[in-house]
Amino acid sequence: MKPILSIQHLKKNYHDKNDEITAIEDITFEVNDKEFVAIVGPSGCGKSTLLSILTGLDKESSGTIQFEKENLKIGYMLQKDSLFPWRTILENCYLGLEINHNLNDETKERVLNLLKTYGLGDFINKYPNSLSGGMRQRVALIRTLATDPDILLLDEAFSALDYQTRLALSDDVYRIIKKEGKTAIMVTHDLGEAISMADRIIVLSKRPSKVKKEYIIEMKDKKNPIHNRKCPEFSIYYDEIWRDLDVHL
Amino acid sequence: MSTYSEEHQHFLKKLKRRKRSVVLTQILIIVLFLVIWQLLASFKLINTFTFSSPWDVIKTTIHLFETNQLWNHIGITVYETLLSFLIAGIIGLVFATLLWWFPFLADVFDPYLTVLNSLPKVALGPLIIIWVGASMHSIIFMALMISAIITIINIYNGFVSIDKDYIKLLKSFHASKKQIFFELILPGNRGNIINALKINISMSLIGVIMGELLVSKEGLGYLIMYGSQVFNINLVITSVVILGIVSYLMYYVINWIEKKSS
Ligand SMILES: Nc1ncnc2c1ncn2[C@@H]1O[C@H](COP(=O)(O)OP(=O)(O)O)[C@@H](O)[C@H]1O
Ligand SMILES: [Mg+2]
Repeated sequence: MKPILSIQHLKKNYHDKNDEITAIEDITFEVNDKEFVAIVGPSGCGKSTLLSILTGLDKESSGTIQFEKENLKIGYMLQKDSLFPWRTILENCYLGLEINHNLNDETKERVLNLLKTYGLGDFINKYPNSLSGGMRQRVALIRTLATDPDILLLDEAFSALDYQTRLALSDDVYRIIKKEGKTAIMVTHDLGEAISMADRIIVLSKRPSKVKKEYIIEMKDKKNPIHNRKCPEFSIYYDEIWRDLDVHL
Repeated sequence: MSTYSEEHQHFLKKLKRRKRSVVLTQILIIVLFLVIWQLLASFKLINTFTFSSPWDVIKTTIHLFETNQLWNHIGITVYETLLSFLIAGIIGLVFATLLWWFPFLADVFDPYLTVLNSLPKVALGPLIIIWVGASMHSIIFMALMISAIITIINIYNGFVSIDKDYIKLLKSFHASKKQIFFELILPGNRGNIINALKINISMSLIGVIMGELLVSKEGLGYLIMYGSQVFNINLVITSVVILGIVSYLMYYVINWIEKKSS
């Protein structure tokens, strides 16, 4: 099977007046269709940089990025929900479609269905400031799904939330992504989140980063993230990857 | 109303009572001020020739009204102010948009805007009169110098202070610069633009009065200048009082429009 995304020897330097820093030294990995890949690594190692290069917001210094087909659509979800306060929930979810001149009866219907399916049906005409942080982030996910992307990129998408909400929301998001049959690449500094959600984890080294190790997460009784946290394999992976990350205080 | 709990009704009542006493105190202060001023004048404790009196102000106002001067002078000043406000608003919006659209221009013009903004524009008064001539044009020009620069700066600062994550989000949808401007920058700056316009109208009025003091044969600024030249202090103080009322009304109208449009 041909991978949906293939990254070869990606390198990224940043320049400013006084300095040149290498954020990413050499990253190579592939992502298969419908796979959920998590990327973990020490803070400042270039995880966000990697995602913004994949989205096309930033340009690589060298290396190649190959998508399975041209015009592959990418959905990007950030730590902040960035909902527009002057748009209703429904209008916020239309944003990507409007920008792409793709808002029609069919796509409108799809967005409405997504909102209803994922428990936001009662809020479509409300404004973002009347929603809780967890709900807002769920709206942000649906805004991303509205354009029907082939790959979802999540950059610390749950980090701004409190612990309880984070657990519940990562469970929700996982179900939504699987149900919609999406490929996902998630960046996080939260090991538990990565192990409980991902099919595969890529561990990056400190900056300038390289791929340090890869784990295929297998559990005998693998289900949804909250359940997975209770599996015996969870803590084994946790200890092992924790040692890879080599955290010093 | 009756669905509120007793505690909440009590709270509302307290809120209302407080508001009423604030207004009452405000009225009391102005009444006291006028009464004392009038008493001091009536008992000749102050010289009404230099300090005027409330009664003289009223008489002067009636005289201005009866000689058909009152509305004319107010009208001229208001007209000039609104004209300057309108032009400065358009200039501010257009230039702020250009500076946002072309960051190169923003870098180039940054020092010029800073200098123009901090320069006391009165200093340009005599030059403006020589260049533009002693007419309403130079008054509008003066007012624009004062209001347009600050309006450009205020609106532009709002444009560039929009959260970068919003822009990132739009770019991830491959939004064009035009789409970023119309979907994000403009709607995201509603409050900021209204604030800039509030400052703009005050600045326009200041500029117009300054211009009228310097040139003009009409307007409240002219009345003040004329009054002081012929040593008619009643006229000067009456004009200042009317000016105060006019500027308060303008502020009030802008606030009202802001509330209506939100
Ligand atoms: N636009 C930029 N200009 C210069 N340096 C940057 C820029 N963006 C990120 N960096 C640097 O690149 C490194 C990686 O950043 P980032 O990708 O945000 O790390 P992470 O998301 O893993 O915490 C950091 O050292 C950061 O300071
Ligand atoms: Mg990051």
